[in-house]
Amino acid sequence: MNNNLINDAVLVKNYIDGHEHALATLIQRHKQKIYAFIYSKVYDRDITEDIFQDTFVKVIRTLKLGRYNEEGKFLPWVMRIAHNLVIDHFRKNNRMPKFDNAGDFNIFSVLGDGNLNAEKRMIKSQVEEDVKRLIEELPEDQKQVLLMRMYQDMSFKEISERTGVSINTALGRMRYALINLRKIIEQNNIILTN
Amino acid sequence: MAKLYSNCTPKSQNLQPKDETIKHLLDYSKALSVICYNKLKFEALLN
Repeated sequence: MNNNLINDAVLVKNYIDGHEHALATLIQRHKQKIYAFIYSKVYDRDITEDIFQDTFVKVIRTLKLGRYNEEGKFLPWVMRIAHNLVIDHFRKNNRMPKFDNAGDFNIFSVLGDGNLNAEKRMIKSQVEEDVKRLIEELPEDQKQVLLMRMYQDMSFKEISERTGVSINTALGRMRYALINLRKIIEQNNIILTN
Repeated sequence: MAKLYSNCTPKSQNLQPKDETIKHLLDYSKALSVICYNKLKFEALLN
């Protein structure tokens, strides 16, 4: 007989009587509805899979133990089990359902606060102060090029014109300024992080 | 009027449990045996 023609109540009875294939038909018939119901609450494939499995483990145990007494209402009964397990899941995780960004678009990339927090702002200003003090330690010609390049955003051509040296000399001074800065940092074990 | 575009909703996705999950459930069902003894019922998993 075609299993599609048999109603749920008969399948449940057949299953309780020991016909295992009746369970396969019941799961096949209702899996999509139950799975979609769980997914609509938890928005996570893996959790949905777990809750779906737990739901049917409960269904199987209840039926085999002969505790099922809701004839003709199989799907609502299973849905209620799934619903209770979803609630258990959220209780266990101590939180309410949240949007999971399952797709490519992440809403927090738009809403995110790019500003530094108070602590990071303090660290940043301290680092900047330290760097300024280190620059003061450099020889005058190197310091001049570095300040023009990094703080005044001048090109090496402009620096060479302003200081009256060739571009190559300006580049060389910049290179030595950075080498010397690194030396001072290493020698004094200074940590510059933000 | 401007058209509204949005990402695919979960409804359009194939929302179905994995075949392994179904197989596991059917295997679990076959393995689960209830033994009755003096009005008491015991569950046993027979592998």
